[in-house]
Amino acid sequence: MSLITAVSGAPFARMLGVGSYSPARVVTNAEMCERIDSTDEWIRERSGITERRFAAPDETVADMAVAAASKALASAGITADQVDCVIVASVTHLKATPSAAAEVSHRLGAGRAPAFDISAACAGFCYGLSMAQDFIRGGSAKYVVVIGVEKLTDIVDPNDRSTAFLFADGAGAAVIGPSDTPAIGPTVWGADGSQLDAITMSGRYEDLRDNDHAEYPHVVMQGQAVFRWAVHDMSIVAQQALDAAGITADQLDAFIPHQANLRIVDAMVRSLKLPEDIPVARDIVTSGNTSAASIPLAMDHMLQAGQIRSGGLALLIGFGAGLAYAAQVVELP
Amino acid sequence: MAQSEQEILAGLADIVNEITGVAVADIASEKSFTDDLDIDSLSMVEVVMAAEEKFGVTIPDEEVKNLVTVGDAVSYIAKASA
Repeated sequence: MSLITAVSGAPFARMLGVGSYSPARVVTNAEMCERIDSTDEWIRERSGITERRFAAPDETVADMAVAAASKALASAGITADQVDCVIVASVTHLKATPSAAAEVSHRLGAGRAPAFDISAACAGFCYGLSMAQDFIRGGSAKYVVVIGVEKLTDIVDPNDRSTAFLFADGAGAAVIGPSDTPAIGPTVWGADGSQLDAITMSGRYEDLRDNDHAEYPHVVMQGQAVFRWAVHDMSIVAQQALDAAGITADQLDAFIPHQANLRIVDAMVRSLKLPEDIPVARDIVTSGNTSAASIPLAMDHMLQAGQIRSGGLALLIGFGAGLAYAAQVVELP
Repeated sequence: MAQSEQEILAGLADIVNEITGVAVADIASEKSFTDDLDIDSLSMVEVVMAAEEKFGVTIPDEEVKNLVTVGDAVSYIAKASA
Protein backbone atom coordinates (compact mmCIF):
# COMPACT_ATOMS: atom_id res chain seq x y z
CA MET A 1 0.00 0.00 0.00
CA SER A 2 1.31 3.40 -0.96
CA LEU A 3 2.02 6.04 1.65
CA ILE A 4 1.11 8.80 -0.77
CA THR A 5 -2.32 10.36 -0.54
CA ALA A 6 -3.90 10.78 -3.99
CA VAL A 7 -6.54 13.28 -5.00
CA SER A 8 -9.18 13.11 -7.66
CA GLY A 9 -11.17 15.92 -9.14
CA ALA A 10 -14.58 16.62 -10.58
CA PRO A 11 -16.21 13.89 -12.68
CA PHE A 12 -16.23 16.15 -15.73
CA ALA A 13 -15.37 19.69 -16.85
CA ARG A 14 -17.08 22.39 -18.91
CA MET A 15 -16.54 25.84 -20.32
CA LEU A 16 -18.31 28.24 -17.98
CA GLY A 17 -17.76 31.47 -19.88
CA VAL A 18 -15.85 33.07 -22.75
CA GLY A 19 -14.60 36.57 -23.42
CA SER A 20 -12.59 38.26 -26.11
CA TYR A 21 -10.63 41.39 -26.83
CA SER A 22 -9.96 42.96 -30.20
CA PRO A 23 -7.61 45.94 -30.50
CA ALA A 24 -9.29 49.22 -31.45
CA ARG A 25 -7.47 49.83 -34.70
CA VAL A 26 -9.32 48.51 -37.76
CA VAL A 27 -7.04 47.96 -40.75
CA THR A 28 -8.77 47.70 -44.12
CA ASN A 29 -7.47 45.91 -47.21
CA ALA A 30 -7.00 49.32 -48.81
CA GLU A 31 -4.62 50.27 -46.00
CA MET A 32 -2.75 46.96 -46.34
CA CYS A 33 -2.26 47.66 -50.03
CA GLU A 34 -0.30 50.80 -49.20
CA ARG A 35 2.51 48.49 -48.05
CA ILE A 36 2.07 45.42 -50.25
CA ASP A 37 1.51 45.04 -53.98
CA SER A 38 -2.03 43.65 -53.82
CA THR A 39 -5.68 44.60 -54.17
CA ASP A 40 -8.79 44.43 -52.01
CA GLU A 41 -10.30 41.97 -54.50
CA TRP A 42 -7.24 39.67 -54.48
CA ILE A 43 -7.12 39.59 -50.67
CA ARG A 44 -10.85 38.86 -50.40
CA GLU A 45 -10.66 36.09 -53.00
CA ARG A 46 -7.64 34.35 -51.45
CA SER A 47 -8.53 34.73 -47.78
CA GLY A 48 -12.05 36.10 -47.31
CA ILE A 49 -10.60 38.91 -45.20
CA THR A 50 -12.08 42.39 -45.56
CA GLU A 51 -10.48 43.97 -42.49
CA ARG A 52 -8.46 43.00 -39.41
CA ARG A 53 -7.41 44.48 -36.07
CA PHE A 54 -3.87 45.59 -35.22
CA ALA A 55 -2.73 46.21 -31.65
CA ALA A 56 -1.23 49.57 -30.69
CA PRO A 57 2.60 49.60 -30.61
CA ASP A 58 2.64 49.71 -26.80
CA GLU A 59 -0.17 47.16 -26.36
CA THR A 60 1.24 43.84 -25.15
CA VAL A 61 0.13 40.24 -25.37
CA ALA A 62 -0.47 40.36 -21.60
CA ASP A 63 -2.62 43.50 -21.93
CA MET A 64 -4.87 41.82 -24.47
CA ALA A 65 -4.96 38.55 -22.49
CA VAL A 66 -6.02 40.33 -19.28
CA ALA A 67 -8.81 42.16 -21.14
CA ALA A 68 -10.20 38.94 -22.66
CA ALA A 69 -9.83 36.90 -19.45
CA SER A 70 -11.60 39.54 -17.34
CA LYS A 71 -14.61 39.33 -19.64
CA ALA A 72 -14.53 35.52 -19.58
CA LEU A 73 -14.52 35.53 -15.75
CA ALA A 74 -17.44 37.97 -15.66
CA SER A 75 -19.33 35.82 -18.17
CA ALA A 76 -18.64 32.67 -16.10
CA GLY A 77 -19.61 34.34 -12.82
CA ILE A 78 -16.26 33.34 -11.32
CA THR A 79 -14.06 35.75 -9.38
CA ALA A 80 -10.31 35.97 -10.00
CA ASP A 81 -9.50 34.66 -6.53
CA GLN A 82 -11.33 31.41 -7.35
CA VAL A 83 -9.02 30.77 -10.30
CA ASP A 84 -6.39 28.16 -9.56
CA CYS A 85 -4.63 27.84 -12.91
CA VAL A 86 -3.89 30.25 -15.77
CA ILE A 87 -2.75 28.96 -19.16
CA VAL A 88 -1.73 31.36 -21.92
CA ALA A 89 -1.43 29.92 -25.45
CA SER A 90 0.64 32.22 -27.65
CA VAL A 91 3.58 32.36 -30.02
CA THR A 92 4.02 36.12 -29.76
CA HIS A 93 5.04 36.72 -26.15
CA LEU A 94 8.52 37.69 -27.35
CA LYS A 95 10.20 37.39 -24.00
CA ALA A 96 11.86 34.08 -23.16
CA THR A 97 11.10 34.47 -19.48
CA PRO A 98 9.05 35.07 -17.36
CA SER A 99 5.87 33.76 -18.92
CA ALA A 100 3.00 35.93 -20.08
CA ALA A 101 0.70 33.81 -17.90
CA ALA A 102 2.46 34.78 -14.66
CA GLU A 103 1.88 38.47 -15.46
CA VAL A 104 -1.69 37.86 -16.61
CA SER A 105 -2.55 35.84 -13.51
CA HIS A 106 -1.12 38.52 -11.22
CA ARG A 107 -2.94 41.33 -13.02
CA LEU A 108 -6.22 39.40 -12.96
CA GLY A 109 -5.90 38.97 -9.21
CA ALA A 110 -5.57 35.20 -9.27
CA GLY A 111 -3.08 35.28 -6.40
CA ARG A 112 -0.58 32.46 -6.53
CA ALA A 113 -2.45 30.33 -9.03
CA PRO A 114 -0.05 28.23 -11.15
CA ALA A 115 0.49 30.00 -14.44
CA PHE A 116 2.40 29.08 -17.58
CA ASP A 117 2.50 29.54 -21.35
CA ILE A 118 2.09 26.90 -24.02
CA SER A 119 3.45 27.08 -27.55
CA ALA A 120 1.19 25.18 -29.92
CA ALA A 121 0.59 27.95 -32.44
CA CYS A 122 -2.93 28.01 -33.89
CA ALA A 123 -3.80 24.81 -31.99
CA GLY A 124 -2.92 26.46 -28.67
CA PHE A 125 -6.41 27.17 -27.42
CA CYS A 126 -7.64 23.62 -28.05
CA TYR A 127 -4.46 22.25 -26.41
CA GLY A 128 -5.16 24.45 -23.38
CA LEU A 129 -8.78 23.36 -23.22
CA SER A 130 -7.71 19.73 -23.17
CA MET A 131 -5.20 20.37 -20.40
CA ALA A 132 -7.71 22.37 -18.36
CA GLN A 133 -10.24 19.56 -18.52
CA ASP A 134 -7.65 17.01 -17.40
CA PHE A 135 -6.42 19.24 -14.54
CA ILE A 136 -9.98 19.63 -13.26
CA ARG A 137 -10.81 15.94 -13.56
CA GLY A 138 -7.46 14.99 -12.05
CA GLY A 139 -7.90 17.25 -9.04
CA SER A 140 -5.04 19.65 -9.87
CA ALA A 141 -7.35 22.63 -10.31
CA LYS A 142 -10.98 23.64 -10.01
CA TYR A 143 -11.25 26.78 -12.17
CA VAL A 144 -8.82 27.19 -15.06
CA VAL A 145 -8.52 30.23 -17.31
CA VAL A 146 -7.30 29.38 -20.83
CA ILE A 147 -6.34 32.33 -23.00
CA GLY A 148 -5.40 32.33 -26.68
CA VAL A 149 -3.65 35.60 -27.49
CA GLU A 150 -1.48 36.86 -30.31
CA LYS A 151 0.21 40.02 -31.46
CA LEU A 152 1.16 38.56 -34.81
CA THR A 153 2.03 41.98 -36.20
CA ASP A 154 5.23 41.62 -34.13
CA ILE A 155 6.39 38.59 -36.14
CA VAL A 156 4.91 39.26 -39.59
CA ASP A 157 6.80 41.14 -42.29
CA PRO A 158 4.46 44.02 -43.19
CA ASN A 159 5.94 44.07 -46.71
CA ASP A 160 5.42 40.35 -47.44
CA ARG A 161 2.52 40.23 -49.87
CA SER A 162 1.79 36.55 -49.13
CA THR A 163 1.35 36.87 -45.35
CA ALA A 164 0.99 40.52 -44.27
CA PHE A 165 -2.74 40.75 -45.04
CA LEU A 166 -3.50 37.43 -43.35
CA PHE A 167 -2.32 37.80 -39.77
CA ALA A 168 -3.68 40.04 -37.04
CA ASP A 169 -3.89 40.67 -33.30
CA GLY A 170 -6.41 39.77 -30.59
CA ALA A 171 -7.26 37.61 -27.59
CA GLY A 172 -9.94 35.14 -26.57
CA ALA A 173 -10.35 33.40 -23.22
CA ALA A 174 -12.45 30.74 -21.56
CA VAL A 175 -13.03 29.76 -17.95
CA ILE A 176 -13.25 26.01 -17.45
CA GLY A 177 -14.66 24.50 -14.28
CA PRO A 178 -16.17 21.34 -12.78
CA SER A 179 -19.27 19.69 -14.22
CA ASP A 180 -21.55 16.79 -13.32
CA THR A 181 -22.02 15.83 -16.95
CA PRO A 182 -19.55 15.57 -19.88
CA ALA A 183 -19.29 18.94 -21.67
CA ILE A 184 -15.85 18.69 -23.31
CA GLY A 185 -15.36 15.69 -25.56
CA PRO A 186 -12.16 13.68 -25.94
CA THR A 187 -9.40 15.70 -27.62
CA VAL A 188 -7.93 14.31 -30.83
CA TRP A 189 -4.54 15.96 -30.98
CA GLY A 190 -1.04 15.64 -32.31
CA ALA A 191 1.93 17.36 -33.89
CA ASP A 192 3.70 16.41 -37.12
CA GLY A 193 7.27 17.59 -36.67
CA SER A 194 8.21 16.23 -40.11
CA GLN A 195 6.57 19.37 -41.51
CA LEU A 196 8.36 22.00 -39.41
CA ASP A 197 9.16 24.09 -42.49
CA ALA A 198 5.54 24.46 -43.62
CA ILE A 199 5.05 27.37 -41.20
CA THR A 200 8.21 28.69 -39.58
CA MET A 201 10.33 31.76 -38.86
CA SER A 202 12.74 33.23 -41.41
CA GLY A 203 15.57 33.23 -38.88
CA ARG A 204 16.54 33.09 -35.22
CA TYR A 205 16.59 35.99 -32.80
CA GLU A 206 20.23 35.18 -31.92
CA ASP A 207 21.10 36.14 -35.50
CA LEU A 208 20.36 39.75 -34.56
CA ARG A 209 23.08 39.51 -31.91
CA ASP A 210 25.60 37.59 -33.99
CA ASN A 211 25.22 39.20 -37.39
CA ASP A 212 25.05 42.93 -38.05
CA HIS A 213 23.12 42.38 -41.27
CA ALA A 214 20.56 39.89 -39.95
CA GLU A 215 16.99 40.80 -40.69
CA TYR A 216 14.33 40.69 -38.00
CA PRO A 217 12.80 37.18 -38.06
CA HIS A 218 9.32 36.89 -39.52
CA VAL A 219 6.77 34.19 -40.28
CA VAL A 220 7.16 32.33 -43.55
CA MET A 221 4.61 29.86 -44.83
CA GLN A 222 4.28 27.36 -47.66
CA GLY A 223 0.72 28.34 -48.41
CA GLN A 224 -0.26 25.53 -50.78
CA ALA A 225 1.24 22.78 -48.63
CA VAL A 226 -0.51 24.14 -45.53
CA PHE A 227 -3.78 24.46 -47.44
CA ARG A 228 -3.60 20.86 -48.59
CA TRP A 229 -2.73 19.60 -45.10
CA ALA A 230 -5.46 21.66 -43.47
CA VAL A 231 -8.23 20.67 -45.83
CA HIS A 232 -7.33 16.99 -46.14
CA ASP A 233 -5.72 15.94 -42.86
CA MET A 234 -7.66 18.28 -40.60
CA SER A 235 -11.02 17.18 -41.97
CA ILE A 236 -10.06 13.66 -40.92
CA VAL A 237 -9.05 14.87 -37.44
CA ALA A 238 -12.29 16.83 -37.11
CA GLN A 239 -14.27 13.71 -38.02
CA GLN A 240 -12.26 11.70 -35.46
CA ALA A 241 -13.16 14.25 -32.77
CA LEU A 242 -16.85 13.87 -33.65
CA ASP A 243 -16.54 10.08 -33.54
CA ALA A 244 -14.64 10.17 -30.23
CA ALA A 245 -17.41 12.25 -28.69
CA GLY A 246 -20.10 10.01 -30.13
CA ILE A 247 -21.64 12.94 -31.96
CA THR A 248 -22.81 13.01 -35.57
CA ALA A 249 -22.53 16.08 -37.79
CA ASP A 250 -26.30 16.62 -37.74
CA GLN A 251 -26.23 16.89 -33.92
CA LEU A 252 -23.83 19.86 -34.06
CA ASP A 253 -25.03 23.40 -33.37
CA ALA A 254 -21.84 25.06 -34.59
CA PHE A 255 -18.52 24.46 -36.33
CA ILE A 256 -15.77 26.72 -35.00
CA PRO A 257 -12.49 25.91 -36.74
CA HIS A 258 -9.30 27.95 -36.40
CA GLN A 259 -9.74 31.01 -38.61
CA ALA A 260 -6.76 30.30 -40.86
CA ASN A 261 -8.28 31.34 -44.15
CA LEU A 262 -11.92 31.46 -45.28
CA ARG A 263 -11.03 29.17 -48.17
CA ILE A 264 -9.82 26.53 -45.69
CA VAL A 265 -12.97 26.93 -43.57
CA ASP A 266 -15.23 26.51 -46.61
CA ALA A 267 -13.25 23.56 -47.96
CA MET A 268 -13.42 21.84 -44.55
CA VAL A 269 -17.19 22.34 -44.42
CA ARG A 270 -17.47 20.65 -47.83
CA SER A 271 -15.08 17.88 -46.89
CA LEU A 272 -16.86 17.13 -43.59
CA LYS A 273 -20.23 17.21 -45.37
CA LEU A 274 -21.71 19.33 -42.59
CA PRO A 275 -25.44 20.09 -42.85
CA GLU A 276 -25.89 23.39 -44.68
CA ASP A 277 -27.78 25.14 -41.89
CA ILE A 278 -25.07 24.69 -39.22
CA PRO A 279 -23.58 28.03 -38.12
CA VAL A 280 -19.92 28.11 -39.17
CA ALA A 281 -17.40 30.56 -37.72
CA ARG A 282 -16.30 32.99 -40.43
CA ASP A 283 -14.86 35.54 -38.04
CA ILE A 284 -11.71 35.77 -40.16
CA VAL A 285 -13.60 38.13 -42.48
CA THR A 286 -13.34 40.97 -39.96
CA SER A 287 -10.72 39.67 -37.49
CA GLY A 288 -8.04 38.18 -39.78
CA ASN A 289 -6.04 35.15 -38.69
CA THR A 290 -5.25 35.58 -34.99
CA SER A 291 -3.67 32.12 -34.48
CA ALA A 292 -4.28 30.85 -30.92
CA ALA A 293 -6.89 33.57 -30.31
CA SER A 294 -9.09 32.82 -33.30
CA ILE A 295 -11.31 30.06 -31.89
CA PRO A 296 -12.35 31.76 -28.60
CA LEU A 297 -12.63 35.10 -30.46
CA ALA A 298 -14.97 33.59 -33.02
CA MET A 299 -16.95 31.73 -30.34
CA ASP A 300 -17.44 34.89 -28.32
CA HIS A 301 -18.47 36.90 -31.39
CA MET A 302 -20.94 34.22 -32.45
CA LEU A 303 -22.47 34.02 -28.96
CA GLN A 304 -22.73 37.83 -28.78
CA ALA A 305 -24.37 37.98 -32.19
CA GLY A 306 -26.89 35.29 -31.21
CA GLN A 307 -25.69 32.96 -34.01
CA ILE A 308 -25.14 30.17 -31.49
CA ARG A 309 -26.72 29.44 -28.13
CA SER A 310 -25.44 28.43 -24.73
CA GLY A 311 -25.73 24.67 -24.28
CA GLY A 312 -25.33 23.95 -27.98
CA LEU A 313 -22.67 21.55 -29.24
CA ALA A 314 -19.73 22.98 -31.15
CA LEU A 315 -16.91 21.22 -32.97
CA LEU A 316 -13.59 23.03 -32.40
CA ILE A 317 -10.40 22.38 -34.32
CA GLY A 318 -7.13 24.27 -34.05
CA PHE A 319 -4.22 23.61 -36.44
CA GLY A 320 -1.04 25.36 -37.38
CA ALA A 321 2.74 25.54 -37.07
CA GLY A 322 4.36 22.43 -35.72
CA LEU A 323 2.30 21.16 -37.48
CA ALA A 324 0.26 20.96 -34.30
CA TYR A 325 -3.45 20.24 -34.16
CA ALA A 326 -6.22 19.53 -31.65
CA ALA A 327 -9.96 19.04 -32.00
CA GLN A 328 -12.81 18.42 -29.59
CA VAL A 329 -16.59 18.72 -29.32
CA VAL A 330 -17.69 21.11 -26.55
CA GLU A 331 -20.92 22.24 -25.01
CA LEU A 332 -21.04 26.02 -25.49
CA PRO A 333 -20.98 28.14 -22.32
CA MET B 1 -7.59 -0.04 -63.87
CA ALA B 2 -6.27 2.11 -66.69
CA GLN B 3 -8.56 4.81 -67.95
CA SER B 4 -8.48 6.47 -71.34
CA GLU B 5 -7.39 10.09 -71.53
CA GLN B 6 -10.92 10.86 -72.70
CA GLU B 7 -12.37 9.41 -69.48
CA ILE B 8 -9.82 11.24 -67.35
CA LEU B 9 -10.59 14.54 -69.09
CA ALA B 10 -14.32 14.07 -68.47
CA GLY B 11 -13.74 13.19 -64.82
CA LEU B 12 -11.36 16.10 -64.32
CA ALA B 13 -13.84 18.48 -65.96
CA ASP B 14 -16.48 17.39 -63.45
CA ILE B 15 -14.08 18.06 -60.56
CA VAL B 16 -13.07 21.49 -61.86
CA ASN B 17 -16.72 22.37 -62.40
CA GLU B 18 -17.69 21.26 -58.90
CA ILE B 19 -14.89 23.19 -57.17
CA THR B 20 -14.69 26.34 -59.28
CA GLY B 21 -18.01 26.59 -61.11
CA VAL B 22 -16.31 26.76 -64.52
CA ALA B 23 -18.67 25.26 -67.14
CA VAL B 24 -17.75 21.70 -68.19
CA ALA B 25 -17.96 22.73 -71.86
CA ASP B 26 -15.16 25.28 -71.32
CA ILE B 27 -12.75 22.72 -69.91
CA ALA B 28 -10.59 21.42 -72.76
CA SER B 29 -7.09 19.97 -73.01
CA GLU B 30 -5.43 23.11 -74.34
CA LYS B 31 -6.90 25.41 -71.65
CA SER B 32 -4.54 26.83 -69.05
CA PHE B 33 -5.83 26.48 -65.48
CA THR B 34 -4.59 29.92 -64.51
CA ASP B 35 -4.85 32.03 -67.66
CA ASP B 36 -7.93 30.57 -69.37
CA LEU B 37 -9.99 29.10 -66.53
CA ASP B 38 -9.01 31.68 -63.89
CA ILE B 39 -8.28 29.00 -61.28
CA ASP B 40 -6.07 30.29 -58.45
CA SER B 41 -3.43 28.35 -56.56
CA LEU B 42 -5.71 27.33 -53.68
CA SER B 43 -8.50 26.08 -55.98
CA MET B 44 -5.81 24.20 -57.89
CA VAL B 45 -4.82 22.41 -54.67
CA GLU B 46 -8.46 21.44 -54.15
CA VAL B 47 -8.71 20.18 -57.74
CA VAL B 48 -5.53 18.14 -57.27
CA MET B 49 -6.80 16.63 -54.01
CA ALA B 50 -10.12 15.67 -55.59
CA ALA B 51 -8.33 14.22 -58.63
CA GLU B 52 -6.05 12.16 -56.38
CA GLU B 53 -9.09 10.65 -54.70
CA LYS B 54 -11.08 10.09 -57.88
CA PHE B 55 -8.26 8.57 -59.96
CA GLY B 56 -6.33 6.88 -57.16
CA VAL B 57 -3.08 8.70 -57.94
CA THR B 58 -0.63 10.87 -56.00
CA ILE B 59 0.24 14.33 -57.31
CA PRO B 60 2.96 15.87 -55.11
CA ASP B 61 2.98 19.64 -54.46
CA GLU B 62 6.19 20.07 -56.49
CA GLU B 63 4.45 18.53 -59.54
CA VAL B 64 1.41 20.78 -59.33
CA LYS B 65 3.26 23.81 -60.71
CA ASN B 66 4.13 21.81 -63.86
CA LEU B 67 0.47 21.15 -64.60
CA VAL B 68 -0.14 24.30 -66.62
CA THR B 69 -2.92 23.11 -68.91
CA VAL B 70 -5.81 20.71 -68.41
CA GLY B 71 -4.02 18.41 -70.87
CA ASP B 72 -0.89 18.39 -68.65
CA ALA B 73 -3.00 17.17 -65.75
CA VAL B 74 -4.74 14.53 -67.87
CA SER B 75 -1.39 13.18 -69.12
CA TYR B 76 0.07 13.14 -65.62
CA ILE B 77 -2.92 11.26 -64.23
CA ALA B 78 -2.92 8.81 -67.17
CA LYS B 79 0.77 8.06 -66.61
CA ALA B 80 0.44 7.85 -62.83
CA SER B 81 -2.51 5.48 -62.97
CA ALA B 82 -1.16 3.27 -65.76
